[in-house]
Amino acid sequence: MLLQRDAAADGRSAFRAAQPVARALHPVARALHPVARALHPVAWWAWAIGLAVAISQTDNPLLLLIALAVIGYVVTARRTDAPWARALKYYLFLALSVIVIRVVFRSVFGGAVGGADHVLFRLPQIPLPHWAANVQLGGPVSLETTMNAAADGMRLGVLLCCIGAANALANPRRALRVLPGALYELGVAVIVCMSVAPQLVESGIRVRRARRLRAGHRRGLRGFRTIAVPVVEDAFDRSLRLAAAMDSRGYGRTASTGSANRRLTAGLLLSGMAGLTAGVYGLLDTTTPRLLGMPTLIAGASLCCAGLGVGSRRVTTTRYRPDPWELPEWIVAGSGAVAAAVLLLAAGHHVAALTPSFSPLHWPSLPLLPTLAIVVAAVAGVAAPPPPATEPLAAVGSRIATGAAA
Amino acid sequence: MIEFDRVTVTYPDAPAPVLRNVTLHIDEGEMCLVVGCTGAGKSTLLGAINGLVPHFTGGTLAGEVRVNGRSTRENPPRELADLVGVVGQDPLSGFVTDIVEDELAYTMEQLGIAPAVMRKRVEETLDLLGLAELRRRPLHDLSGGQQQRVAIGSVLTAHPRVLVLDEPTSALDPTAAEEVLAALTRLVHDLGITVVLAEHRLERVVQYADRVIHLAGDGTVADGSPADMFAITSVAPPVVELGRLMEWTPLPLSVRDARRSAGGLRDALADVPAPRRPDSAGEIALRGRGIVVRYGEVLAVRGISCDIRAGEVVALMGRNGSGKSSLLWALQGSGRRQAGSVNVGGDGTTAAADPKQLSPGAARRLVGLVPQTPADLLYLDTVDAELAQADRESQAGRATARQLLDRLAPGIAGETHPRDLSEGQRLALVLAIQLRAEPRVVLLDEPTRGLDYRAKHALITVIDELANRGHAVVIATHDVEFVAAAAERVVVIADGEIVADGATRDVIVASPAFAPQVAKILAPLEYLTVAQVSAALDRQAS
Repeated sequence: MLLQRDAAADGRSAFRAAQPVARALHPVARALHPVARALHPVAWWAWAIGLAVAISQTDNPLLLLIALAVIGYVVTARRTDAPWARALKYYLFLALSVIVIRVVFRSVFGGAVGGADHVLFRLPQIPLPHWAANVQLGGPVSLETTMNAAADGMRLGVLLCCIGAANALANPRRALRVLPGALYELGVAVIVCMSVAPQLVESGIRVRRARRLRAGHRRGLRGFRTIAVPVVEDAFDRSLRLAAAMDSRGYGRTASTGSANRRLTAGLLLSGMAGLTAGVYGLLDTTTPRLLGMPTLIAGASLCCAGLGVGSRRVTTTRYRPDPWELPEWIVAGSGAVAAAVLLLAAGHHVAALTPSFSPLHWPSLPLLPTLAIVVAAVAGVAAPPPPATEPLAAVGSRIATGAAA
Repeated sequence: MIEFDRVTVTYPDAPAPVLRNVTLHIDEGEMCLVVGCTGAGKSTLLGAINGLVPHFTGGTLAGEVRVNGRSTRENPPRELADLVGVVGQDPLSGFVTDIVEDELAYTMEQLGIAPAVMRKRVEETLDLLGLAELRRRPLHDLSGGQQQRVAIGSVLTAHPRVLVLDEPTSALDPTAAEEVLAALTRLVHDLGITVVLAEHRLERVVQYADRVIHLAGDGTVADGSPADMFAITSVAPPVVELGRLMEWTPLPLSVRDARRSAGGLRDALADVPAPRRPDSAGEIALRGRGIVVRYGEVLAVRGISCDIRAGEVVALMGRNGSGKSSLLWALQGSGRRQAGSVNVGGDGTTAAADPKQLSPGAARRLVGLVPQTPADLLYLDTVDAELAQADRESQAGRATARQLLDRLAPGIAGETHPRDLSEGQRLALVLAIQLRAEPRVVLLDEPTRGLDYRAKHALITVIDELANRGHAVVIATHDVEFVAAAAERVVVIADGEIVADGATRDVIVASPAFAPQVAKILAPLEYLTVAQVSAALDRQAS
């Protein structure tokens, strides 16, 4: 009894002693446990694109695996329970199939096998006519070529996963809301599509079920017609009603801008696009003059920005509760940028480590600086505030299942 | 506030103008009710207020419509969005975003209102319409009444001076309709907003109206105080019909007023036994036992058992989402049914059968279902093609589909496209197609949606005839007055279970939400419809 009370007193005094420490740590705690809110979607996209740029510089499987681990960690730590948050899974399947396809193709169109290579198996070789002498169909498949193909496929796969991560983390509707005003109509069209698609599915299910009531069930094209006609008519009616509603709610009110403004916008955007295309071509083709590369790209990009800016002036809409851009957004976007910058700079110095060859066969080394840079991208998983608890969207699924019965 | 100056609206290919030389003047802060039969031009009149007619619908508009001095001639609907808010019958089809809060802000975003002002107005509107708890909910998950309130809120945030509503409560159950109408009256009384409203179910809105605009159907329009106008309108709610029958002056518009005038009538009818429908029910036509319908996690029907007799008309009532439709689909055999059994027939010549285990063709000879959206069943280009297809589909049966259709709705031209039919004609077409197979049991899911009083009377005649010929009829509906006139038995469903099952008078007279107007006026006498009162008076006189 006495012992117990002493223990309790000990606990209390320890608590009192700890209180100033807790108070001192409060700002840290708040930084570590920020208020739940959705991160700006652009920050997630900047992070994912930065990581993708970094990954594009290497096909070292160890680095790629680390990058995949980073993506996996950030997505599981900061995704919501919205439907799009499950996107990463499908991108992982896609990545896996990219690797498989890559390996299969390299095995079939194998090419020459060096003397020191480890031959895994031999495919029956198909002799080709002399004009196709450079192509080899079938023949021996070596471990080295398979490894190279797999590493190559893995780079593309992890790149896809970066896009998947951005899709899973950023709310697509909120991402569309940050489009510049000149692209406003495009954003609205996408949003309308996103709400019409599930309705189409819903009315398809409803009509299919109703078809049984008439017993005139037919297969093939005519059967398809009996379902497609009411669904399309329904969708058409729906879009007309939506268009009327949007019109009466002020959609498409434009500030009075002259045709001069429209021509200027079109001219800027067109020349900007041409500049962008030429610039990308110049960057990728090393035989073109240097002037066609980066400078043209930058000129094209700035022309496009100017065009979007001028075009945005005619749109007079405002935004309700725009997403803020604060410290977490800077950190998340910055961590992606760091990874990209380090890998771009390191590309010249660590060629062997970043793009290892597997013939002769050897274990790839892990270059210190690029590894650290990719790990830095994982900071996003801590720096981003936790997502707010969302309302269950499962009911939407069940509504589609019940169709008109709900 | 709203002025129609010699307005004539003509649609292309129409033989006559929809509105002819209409001159109207609607004052600020009025609650204005637009009444008329289907096709009389109610929607055209409402659409002309914000310029949707003719800017969006096409057609020509002669004369001028001015709202607060701004003419729709120069201003298309989007330029009037700050002045006129429009709410349609199906709120879901007008939603642009997916979250309540974003939807409320959408109109303001289009008008370019400053973010701080938007934030404040959204909060005010959430409170005004009682939507605060729903602010982050997806619009699809809301109930019908909540969706309609969001639709009203989403135009209110722009602070319009005029609110135009085209049948805002048609798709709602009585309680949800009350919810929406209460919100509307508050807007009229507290904010002085001018409300122009069209509604088929007049019994729900008549008592709130300050003024009635009547469309006669030939393009002419008359307007005046409700008491004056309802003496002559082509459509009227039961309370008005009773008043007209008894020649009460002033004409009562609410149950309260009518009850005060009805003292003499109650005394006169006190010793006349209320007419009962002859007990026509025969042997059991459909026997359902322990029916369970589940969609994923959601249990829509929880073990319902029911018997439907031949020659019986049963109304299935309950709020939106209570499981009425799921039960009908399960009874027909085309919908899901995870447990339980359904048996139809067994009248000596044929053995009882479960429609779910039969081919669709055989199932529809036992049970015919007209779904909530009848158009789902139509997929051919002309009425004739649909009828011919129905004849091919049903080997049995004596009358052709065309004969059935002519009995239900005479005079539908064979080359008409089914999409161009009115709501009532389309229902008749689908009903004819389903009756072609001569099913023993006929199930109707929400058949009165979009029907005016005249079309409802026609439907009641058809249903009576079906019952007399020995069909069992089950009708899922929210329409209390329709149930009072058409059904002899009412089954009330809540949360997938039967909560009441009995004779119409016993079930709905006792319920405050479900009692028809005549029952409320004549309580404690057990009269449900004006026709019953009229018959009783005739009997007394002779």
